[in-house]
Amino acid sequence: MVDVASITSPIPSPILGSTGISADERSHEADHPHSLVAQFGADQPLRLDCGVDLAPFQIAYQTYGTLNADRSNAILICHALTGDQHVFNVHPLTGKAGWWEIMIGPGRPIDTDKYFIICSNVIGGCMGSTGPASTNPATGKLWGLDFPVITIPDMVRAQAMLLDRLGIDTLLCVIGGSMGGMQVLQWTAAYPQRVFSAMPVACATRHSAQNIAFHELGRQAVMADPDWHHGRYFERSTQPHRGLAVARMAGHITYLSDAALHRKFGRRMQDRDLPTFSFDADFQVESYLRYQGSSFVERFDANSYLYLTRAMDYFDIAADHQGVLAKAFAGIKTRFCVVSFTSDWLFPTSESRALVHALNASSARVSFAEIETDRGHDAFLLDVPEFFDISRAFLESAGKARGLTSGA
Amino acid sequence: MALQDQTLPLPGIVPDRTGSDRTDHLLVASMVESGSRVLDVGCGDGELLQLLESRGIDGRGIELSREGVNRCVAKGLAVVQGDADTDLVNYPDDAFDYVILSQTLQATRQPRMVLENLLRIGRRAIVSFPNFGFWKMRLQLLIGGHMPRTENLPATWYDTANIHFCTIKDFVELCDEINVKMERSVALDLYGRPVPLNLPWWVWNMFGEQGVFLLSRGAGK
Repeated sequence: MVDVASITSPIPSPILGSTGISADERSHEADHPHSLVAQFGADQPLRLDCGVDLAPFQIAYQTYGTLNADRSNAILICHALTGDQHVFNVHPLTGKAGWWEIMIGPGRPIDTDKYFIICSNVIGGCMGSTGPASTNPATGKLWGLDFPVITIPDMVRAQAMLLDRLGIDTLLCVIGGSMGGMQVLQWTAAYPQRVFSAMPVACATRHSAQNIAFHELGRQAVMADPDWHHGRYFERSTQPHRGLAVARMAGHITYLSDAALHRKFGRRMQDRDLPTFSFDADFQVESYLRYQGSSFVERFDANSYLYLTRAMDYFDIAADHQGVLAKAFAGIKTRFCVVSFTSDWLFPTSESRALVHALNASSARVSFAEIETDRGHDAFLLDVPEFFDISRAFLESAGKARGLTSGA
Repeated sequence: MALQDQTLPLPGIVPDRTGSDRTDHLLVASMVESGSRVLDVGCGDGELLQLLESRGIDGRGIELSREGVNRCVAKGLAVVQGDADTDLVNYPDDAFDYVILSQTLQATRQPRMVLENLLRIGRRAIVSFPNFGFWKMRLQLLIGGHMPRTENLPATWYDTANIHFCTIKDFVELCDEINVKMERSVALDLYGRPVPLNLPWWVWNMFGEQGVFLLSRGAGK
């Protein structure tokens, strides 16, 4: 078992400076987040795919930029598995910059001077939207595993309720990578009239067997940790640190590529010249993974990780449309820009191509770019100029088609 | 021969404000009615699509090379990476008003099947291709004894992507064979000028450096 307490990290100190988040702080964030919150009462339940009406519930979200007079410049950003609503502001727990600041801001592709940007924590998350880490109002205790199992369509249904609350009928664009991309696709399948354009990035219309297998590995690591206590760890003032760290480590490997790991770490040793003939983190790559695992544990709820990975596993748009993917998009007017990355083996280009074929069969207006990079699945979060150029041009052309004047 | 008995109005080729100086593009664009939906197969870096969109036409593209696709998408064009030989089958019948195959027919593995698909997906097709019956081509083979190379087709025989060359005459025969109707036919000379229409078809086949055809489904299709 990995000893996450004894990690030495190759990461420069500013990032390490963010350690020391207590379980209390995280727990507080789940109910009373440092962000905007939309409350939905007993009269506005969220109808879940599992058959449960969830009420009351809340959605934590952030907005950036200004909504224009005719409410036509709104962009919804859907976050990935371990992301949250803090896409363009300092994270309240870690103190780190927003997770997509490289893409968002004045003059950036998702331009805060032109667009009104919304990003909400998914239902089932742990950063303020109702999930297993939230307090169940019926019992006064945290939900834990009593929380109903949620799906990607549930997440999108909650987002649609948030947009209703904000008075936004049609989005200029819905953008997201990975699990965020799944939400984008679900948006276009469930609410095509509300989505003027869509940018699903590094994703698929269904979760593959291999990806389900990796998620199961992560879940089993969490559940095998004796500190998990069948999901009631918070009642014992503990949490499955080690299990969740291992889950994150396994996940992190799938987000990278052999070439990226080789370039970043190779077989270089960590703070030593010779092997120690022990199971210490001799190699830089080991040290890096241990750091990724331990820093993740501090900001993320283990049960939430179980729920969100499950939601991704269940995702299969074609299955919801008589097994025919094209039926999900029949007659759709939404403009699509599908993006994949050459070295992404978690959501390979073949998955995006299958989506594009289905969109073509529906005569949808679709752009599809495969971007060459060795940085793996995570490339969508990194500095990949070609991706930025494409995103910028796609949004500008969508804005133009919607009659958006520059400066909104 | 189908070409002989056709009345062929000269297309109104006017320089466009997008600055496109390719006569064949202007000619193709002049064949497309405004407001229609167009698929450009083998759209390269999107020059023709940009010209069409500037004229209010809803254009989409397929391009084989990743670099070409990404350049198109970065221009805001709706282009996907794909292969004319294998990916046209994914498009439904009558999905477009026009499907354009500009200077690409000779690079396909199965030109006949591609042509049939163009007119299944689109109500009309516009096909342009280099004419291998052009006098310079003939001369290079006849006198020089070499596989022909021209300014527009500079690749040598061993590294060319163009694997199915044809002459205007060959193409017309194929159209007859698969019951494709030629609505308009234009041959452009070496300088991109239309070959005068009162000349017999063999002159076209000799002096047309490229052929541009507006096609539709023949009777009974």
